[in-house]
Amino acid sequence: MGTTQSGIHRGRLTPAEYETNFSDLHPRLDDHEALVAADRCYFCHDAPCMTACPTSIDIPLFIRQISTGNPIGSAKTIFDQNILGGMCARVCPTETLCEQACVRNTAEHRPVEIGRLQRYATDVAISENQHFYERAARTGKAIAVVGAGPAGLACAHRLAMAGHDVVIFEAREKAGGLNEYGIATYKAVDDFAQREVDYVLAIGGIEVKNGLKLGRDFTLADLTANFDAVFLGMGLSGVNALGAEGENLPGVYDAVDFIAELRQATDKATVPVGRRVVVIGGGMTAIDAAVQTKLLGAEEVTICYRRGKEHMNASPFEQDLAASKGVMIRHWLQPKRVIARDGQVAGIEMEYTEIQDGRLVGTGETGVLTADQIFKAIGQTFEAAGLGALALSGNRIAIDSEGRTSVANVWAGGDCVKAGEDLTVTSVAQGRDAADSINRMLAAGAQPAAAVA
Amino acid sequence: MADLRNNFVGIKSPNPFWLASAPPTDKAYNVERAFKAGWGGVVWKTLGEEGPPVVNVNGPRYGAIWGADRRLLGLNNIELITDRDLYTNLREMKQVKMNWPDRALIASIMVPCEEESWKAILPLVEETGADGIELNFGCPHGMSERGMGAAVGQVPEYIEMVVRWCKQYTRMPVITKLTPNITDIRKPARAAKAGGTDAVSLINTINSIVSVDLDSFAPNPTVGGKGTHGGYCGPAVKPIALNMVAEIARDPETYGLPISGIGGVTTWRDAAEFLVLGAGNVQVCTAAMTYGFKIVQEMITGLSDWMDAKGHRSLDDICGRAVPNVTDWQYLNLNYIAKAHIDQDACIKCGRCHIACEDTSHQAITQFVDGVRHFEVMEDECVGCNLCVNVCPVENCITMVGLEPGTLDQRTGKTVDPNYANWTTHPNNPMARQAAE
Repeated sequence: MGTTQSGIHRGRLTPAEYETNFSDLHPRLDDHEALVAADRCYFCHDAPCMTACPTSIDIPLFIRQISTGNPIGSAKTIFDQNILGGMCARVCPTETLCEQACVRNTAEHRPVEIGRLQRYATDVAISENQHFYERAARTGKAIAVVGAGPAGLACAHRLAMAGHDVVIFEAREKAGGLNEYGIATYKAVDDFAQREVDYVLAIGGIEVKNGLKLGRDFTLADLTANFDAVFLGMGLSGVNALGAEGENLPGVYDAVDFIAELRQATDKATVPVGRRVVVIGGGMTAIDAAVQTKLLGAEEVTICYRRGKEHMNASPFEQDLAASKGVMIRHWLQPKRVIARDGQVAGIEMEYTEIQDGRLVGTGETGVLTADQIFKAIGQTFEAAGLGALALSGNRIAIDSEGRTSVANVWAGGDCVKAGEDLTVTSVAQGRDAADSINRMLAAGAQPAAAVA
Repeated sequence: MADLRNNFVGIKSPNPFWLASAPPTDKAYNVERAFKAGWGGVVWKTLGEEGPPVVNVNGPRYGAIWGADRRLLGLNNIELITDRDLYTNLREMKQVKMNWPDRALIASIMVPCEEESWKAILPLVEETGADGIELNFGCPHGMSERGMGAAVGQVPEYIEMVVRWCKQYTRMPVITKLTPNITDIRKPARAAKAGGTDAVSLINTINSIVSVDLDSFAPNPTVGGKGTHGGYCGPAVKPIALNMVAEIARDPETYGLPISGIGGVTTWRDAAEFLVLGAGNVQVCTAAMTYGFKIVQEMITGLSDWMDAKGHRSLDDICGRAVPNVTDWQYLNLNYIAKAHIDQDACIKCGRCHIACEDTSHQAITQFVDGVRHFEVMEDECVGCNLCVNVCPVENCITMVGLEPGTLDQRTGKTVDPNYANWTTHPNNPMARQAAE
């Protein structure tokens, strides 16, 4: 195996190394581990963890249910608030949400392992094929959902529960959104994203139409004309440019595409990776890309972020994870010029930065990092297409507190709106709450209509 | 170093920690190991009459309840007295006593409630060199169905009679082991004293069904689909045992009667509590069955270190020290007023004090102050019940603070009276004694 060969190559590792590197980051707790972890929960009143959860899962209750040997009841407690509780248990930055709020942090600087307990309960229920929800009597109302990501799936499930017929329009080949395409492989192994999609859709009344993209294959006006309500949850499809010379050279990649490609690759040995990798960015995407290039056998992986450690969007946990895998994180560096040799990336010239008068500026001092592969991970953008006169706010869809957009009977949620953090769990909450709002609208509309018929 | 040497009714041991008559003291092998680990004495597992020994069940003998992290809180057993031949036990006892002359070796005995039976066994036991005997009037299961154990311990007249026989037929000190499965522990203790016992030991195990198997619908431990009540022991029974020890210690009729304290002793602190409530030493079983014999080292060092820290030099300095402070409810000072106080630096904001008070007590603890999660006692509502202290997961975070006489009790609007006043003279008490004119 050419582990140290320069350039971008596949098959840098042995099959066993790939297997190890891309196995489950945190395997499911076994029954005993779950009981021990659950015993640490204090069953707080009006628990801070619950308040910190964007979907307001009743955490003390679900943990108590685990501790009394009732993981199935526990799973229902979780799914009642968050039908994608299985994926959230894997990808939530719990260290900045529920586990940060855990009173055990105050007591002994070690929170209850809420995320792993949630995974335990949801895994038990899903593996035993336990379903908790049935559709209400059919209402005859039809609702379009754009995007089968966390927001769209959560919305569709809630709507289906209420008895509506839901059609999800999904641009990609598979449902799941970022759960399928945007999560580091080791966080959701064994095709969990698809298993979870199947679990959600099992309620019935939800049709997923793949390969149909808003703005390309249909417009919002088409949907409003044919459906009683519309939910937009298509996420972000654009990627920010580096704004550096040479960024279109071969060897410069979008981190988002790389993460998706790796997730879809059944054999990770087929995914090529550089010997020396530089990742530009400071968020979760940068971390996921950097860590995974290292796991694919890159010899040297450096994340360059233009501000300080404390400004990084990636959580301290993620930063530590990257460091533990051998990724170097450098701060106060911005890309200036991609350097080529023989038409291929050979390095990147970085400029030091500092804050002057509250603004980030280059200092003029530069240095060159040798690199044969460079990843852009400096944020994604919302691409408005086919939306007509829908109002935007901060370059994303504007919504009110219930998720309503400026267009009647159109709701939106998830990363394509400007509200809350760009987290899976936030998207689930927005999709779910939009569904509740749609239900209220349809219920209110239905009664007077029936009264005058 | 505190002097832990123990002299209990003339029986000497290097420390006050004895192993109770139970599975850990069933044979020489175990007892030798116990003495090597440092136990001061053992009460050999109960001997029965000469002849074919009793048989035990061949299925499970124990059931348990657990606290967090599966920490054993209570054990229940349906094992009977020794199922080994009497002479095997006697031979081993004699050898062990010879090997360990400085340790206490007591023989627990349970034979039918007939004079001849006791008369027959006592010389055999005496011949072993045992330091004393303990009369097993306590076992609540199996043997009691045959007229022994608790069946004797529940009838004071029988206790007195058997104790009298024992005092008549042996020179060995007699310790009478009492069952807690009665309504008033003072009655059997008085009977034992009347019979001339040298000491009492208590408590034996408590009648119990420890749990029920919800698949087979049978009590645990389940033997072939059925279960029976067993004897409950371990940390969970300590409060019951402490009360019974104190009742005997402060009863004028049994005051001064030596007591060997038994029931859930797991740490040095448990042992010290028994000692200060009037026990002359303690007996341990479940803690050893849970953790092995080594735990005695924690008990010895813990008791010794505490005594050193407090300036107590010998067991005599501490035994019975709490007895004068045990009283009847009617004599508690109703003018003593305390309020809970929450140490905000120690508070982790779990909210359990609030919800316990709000849902089940006196609505005296805030949840929010100025919109911020903040738990604070409202002294104008607090009755000083102590529930919040008990549910708080952080030690010493909530404490009870007594109001100084002369200060205002915000709940009642009255100043704290410096004088002692109890229920017997309270105006609301229809039985109140009138002060002399």
